[in-house]
Amino acid sequence: MGQIKDILRTMDYGPAPESDTDVRNWLETHATGFGHFINGKFTGVGGHKTFAVINPANDAVLAKVAHGAAEDVDAAVKAARNAFAKWSKLPGHERAKYLYAIARHIQKRERFFAVLETMDNGKPIRETRDIDIPLVARHFYHHAGWAEMIETEFEGFSPVGVCGQVIPWNFPLLMLAWKIAPALAAGNTVVLKPAELTPLTAIAFAEVCHEIGLPAGVVNIVHGDGATGALICGHDDIDKVAFTGSTEVGRIIREQIAGSEKKLSLELGGKSPFIVFEDADMDGAVEGVVDAIWFNQGEVCCAGSRILVQEGIAPRFYNKLRKRMETLRVGDPLDKAMDIGALVSAGQLKRVTALVEQGKIDGGKLWQAPVRLPAKGSYFAPGFFTDVEPTSTVCEVEIFGPVATASTFRTPDEAIALANNTKYGLAASIWSENINLALDMAARVKAGVIWINSTNLLDAGAGFGGYRESGFGREGGREGLYEYLTADWEKRLPLVKAETAFKPAAAPDGDAKIAAAGTIDRTAKNYIGGKQSRPDSGYSYSVIGKGGQVIGQAGLGNRKDIRNAVEAAAKAGSWGGATAHNRAQVLYYLGENLSTRQAEFEALLATSTGVSARAASEEFAVSLRRIFYYAAQADKYDGAVHSTKSRHVTLAMNEPWGVMGIVCPDELPLLSFVSLVLPAIAMGNRVIAVPSARHPLLATNFYQVLDTSDVLGGVVNIVTGERDVLAKTLAEHDEVDAIWYAGSKEGSTMVEIASCGNLKATWINNGRQRDWLSNSQGLGKDFLRRAVQVKNIWVPYGE
Amino acid sequence: MNTQHAVVSNGTEIQLAHSHARNTGTKLKPEWFEDIAVNRSATERRAATLTTRRTVKKEYQAAWLVKAITCIDLTTLAGDDTPGRVRRLCAKAKRPVRDDILEALGLADENIRVGAVCVYPTMVPHAVKALHGSGIPVASVATGFPAGLTPLPQRLAEIHYAVGEGAAEIDIVITREHVLTQNWPALHDEIAQMREASGEAHMKAILATGDLNTLRNVYRASMVAMQAGADFIKTSTGKEEVNATLPVSLIMLRALRDYGELSGQTVGFKPAGGMKTAKDALNWLILMKEELGLPWLQPDLFRLGASSMLGDIERQLEHYVTGRYAASSRHALA
Repeated sequence: MGQIKDILRTMDYGPAPESDTDVRNWLETHATGFGHFINGKFTGVGGHKTFAVINPANDAVLAKVAHGAAEDVDAAVKAARNAFAKWSKLPGHERAKYLYAIARHIQKRERFFAVLETMDNGKPIRETRDIDIPLVARHFYHHAGWAEMIETEFEGFSPVGVCGQVIPWNFPLLMLAWKIAPALAAGNTVVLKPAELTPLTAIAFAEVCHEIGLPAGVVNIVHGDGATGALICGHDDIDKVAFTGSTEVGRIIREQIAGSEKKLSLELGGKSPFIVFEDADMDGAVEGVVDAIWFNQGEVCCAGSRILVQEGIAPRFYNKLRKRMETLRVGDPLDKAMDIGALVSAGQLKRVTALVEQGKIDGGKLWQAPVRLPAKGSYFAPGFFTDVEPTSTVCEVEIFGPVATASTFRTPDEAIALANNTKYGLAASIWSENINLALDMAARVKAGVIWINSTNLLDAGAGFGGYRESGFGREGGREGLYEYLTADWEKRLPLVKAETAFKPAAAPDGDAKIAAAGTIDRTAKNYIGGKQSRPDSGYSYSVIGKGGQVIGQAGLGNRKDIRNAVEAAAKAGSWGGATAHNRAQVLYYLGENLSTRQAEFEALLATSTGVSARAASEEFAVSLRRIFYYAAQADKYDGAVHSTKSRHVTLAMNEPWGVMGIVCPDELPLLSFVSLVLPAIAMGNRVIAVPSARHPLLATNFYQVLDTSDVLGGVVNIVTGERDVLAKTLAEHDEVDAIWYAGSKEGSTMVEIASCGNLKATWINNGRQRDWLSNSQGLGKDFLRRAVQVKNIWVPYGE
Repeated sequence: MNTQHAVVSNGTEIQLAHSHARNTGTKLKPEWFEDIAVNRSATERRAATLTTRRTVKKEYQAAWLVKAITCIDLTTLAGDDTPGRVRRLCAKAKRPVRDDILEALGLADENIRVGAVCVYPTMVPHAVKALHGSGIPVASVATGFPAGLTPLPQRLAEIHYAVGEGAAEIDIVITREHVLTQNWPALHDEIAQMREASGEAHMKAILATGDLNTLRNVYRASMVAMQAGADFIKTSTGKEEVNATLPVSLIMLRALRDYGELSGQTVGFKPAGGMKTAKDALNWLILMKEELGLPWLQPDLFRLGASSMLGDIERQLEHYVTGRYAASSRHALA
């Protein structure tokens, strides 16, 4: 044993392999191939096309897996549908028992799962063992809890139905847990498709489902590629689609299922900023970079991949980073002392390599860890770019590999400008010892998850999900549960009576019946940026009231009016920054001022819609109450503090979307307008409202009330005209962050398709009729919840 | 240069390649440490994952454990220490591992010894005598150990006494008050005087980090001690409520690295107290290798202040050699 003498000299680490014997044995017993898991049973591979699963660390074939075709998806969806009836009716406690058993079983077999995940994905065993699998167990425990409490904590909600879930390859089992745990807890059944590159832990998970006696059909797993995924998402009997993956595919799915009335949540890409201020713990921040971009081979949607350093400390920080890279170990992911394993596939290696080459061509300087990569397998040396600008490809595109970009900023304002200079908005890391600065940045970065002096912290109890093109919907925590629940009132809405299309006429009508000849003519205009403005088109249309009489004219708004309105709304950002109390006061005042004009509005309602005086009076009264309700909620619908890790405050803040488009229905034109606009502005949004095209005068009269009530200009903008034409422009506008639409079925579909451009959040009525007068359908927390997005801010503390 | 260089494991060329001049210190430079930012949570995360990111197995583990032995300051610092007790400890210091085990490890001729023996001042003459000819230095605590609240002249006299009795290393304690009241000139002045009193003997400055409470204080005290000329900075006396921890050690190493960058000088590190197992030894070796590299895995720049750790290491080594789990009764008592 002369070797020990030599090791004493070099003090090398030496190999520390994790045994793969048990996993190999398991794979061997399934050498013929793995089938799908449908209705509680594994299908064989006979008669199926199969694909090979490869260990990216050594290019060895691990298994053959069946490729799901339409009939497999049909069978899986059918099984899930059949199981749903019983599963959704189980008491929460019964479902909790199953989820608890899943958590326990995963814990009991944690090493098996860890080794299998590492072999399938290429990520180091340290991460699967210490991060992935413990988080999976935690997720099922946490949601066993939600199952237990679902009836009491989510009164008035019920499960959505059968969920189609498509997950990525970067955290295969963890993403499965994020999808399946909340779905099952809420009473749904699922058809899940793992990524074709990493299907194996999902198969082992299916065996656990079998082992714990989960009722057949509650969880179904179908394998395959994007085509199989599309079959699941597009299947007629799927009620909800949940997808995690690239923004590109997310957009395809949005378009594919537009108008299908399927619920959708998307967790997409990111290019998250990692901001280091001059007063940061620099060594701590360097370790932060290690955990941000050199974690999971950089194949992390929320990776801090854009390092922004305050200019004065940049040289020192880069030096520290370069020095730190020297001790990174890259190699066999089953070695317990590796920091970085293999990228998921040869294809991914090619993609990362090409992007990094592009970065060099663009003039970036690449600093890479001085490592020797194994001869076989999909390895890439970790590193970072300097000398890159926002115009460089590598600063804009998600590399999804272990390479960050690093550039500098001078001031907090510039840091924010650079941080938000992206189409994404998933996460951000902020490093500063100054709590004022850190929280200020946290509030101003447009991202769903903010880590102060930390990075990539995840917990089942905190919501995870993005702003902008990083998707919508949250996973984890109370906010994540809503993705798998439907409000009861929204479930049973009747279709709107087939409406005769209303086409505003731009030309004068010589035959029109005139309601009020001889009075002083009134001119309803658009209301943009706090000012009345003539429609850009120079056209108006006649508004037909009771008995077919013309009661006035309204502007025929067009694309440019919408453009101007959005611009005005974008400029009115200070509304969201005002105190909630301040907004409440303004809204109360709005109510006060409206109340003084009761007679006028009631008369207009009667003239415009032909309702009785009594009905007009009721509509007015309810509208007024609703204004008061949202004034009251302005400073009360607040966030939460999640219990995550010890010595961490995890703040779930409700933030306004920003600029919202709101397209109002014809029915109850005052009340529906108020019911939609008020929650949005109460939460701090600025809106572009398209009022009822048939009865626009209620809204145009309303702007006079806005004018006298200190509502900041640009907070409510009103553009009258043809509903779906204006809705389409709004839905397509990239500066609009969310859109609510209450109109026809076709219009709803159109809005969902048009929203694909920037993947704005949509809330559409699918052409269904709401009872605006009832409080259960026309008012409440559901409106508020949809008027905000949740930002989770992780604040570790301790001196 | 320390005499240990001749006796540590046979890595002679590396020893020479990384041999360094003694730290001369600098004048007090508060600008090097006053604005330091230390984030506790980030530090703890790094410390917690350091030892899960690295491990050593089989022959590597055996080698690393032997390395740890050569870095141990085998310590007895108890009120009931006697010449007899010290002699027994010194005997163990000279033969820390059973011959048959060393033979099996291929290290029979490597003269495996501990880094030093550490005792109270009045025990120094007994230790010096017992270790005569072994090349193992005697380290003495001094300056009113462990609290350090004795008048300065007496504390300096204690150093002179220990050096006079043959101590080659002096482990001094700092006045915690100076850190807690941020009185850096007083702290710098005191340590500089102690360093001067130590003369040729190497001086380790014990910061008693458990008393300093915050990581910022630990960083600042480390920096002042190095600026005052400490050859080593050391975590604890072993008598505080909290002794050596990985997060505290990490911050001291970062201070040490920064000091090296700023002054061009080299300082050693000694965690002490609370480390009892072979696993602890490996954890700290991993910390040293990751944060500072190979030179700081040698006894001239790294010591482990421990007493019971050696016994556990011996058992692990025996297990490596025989494949059977060992009993402590089969290893000579320290």
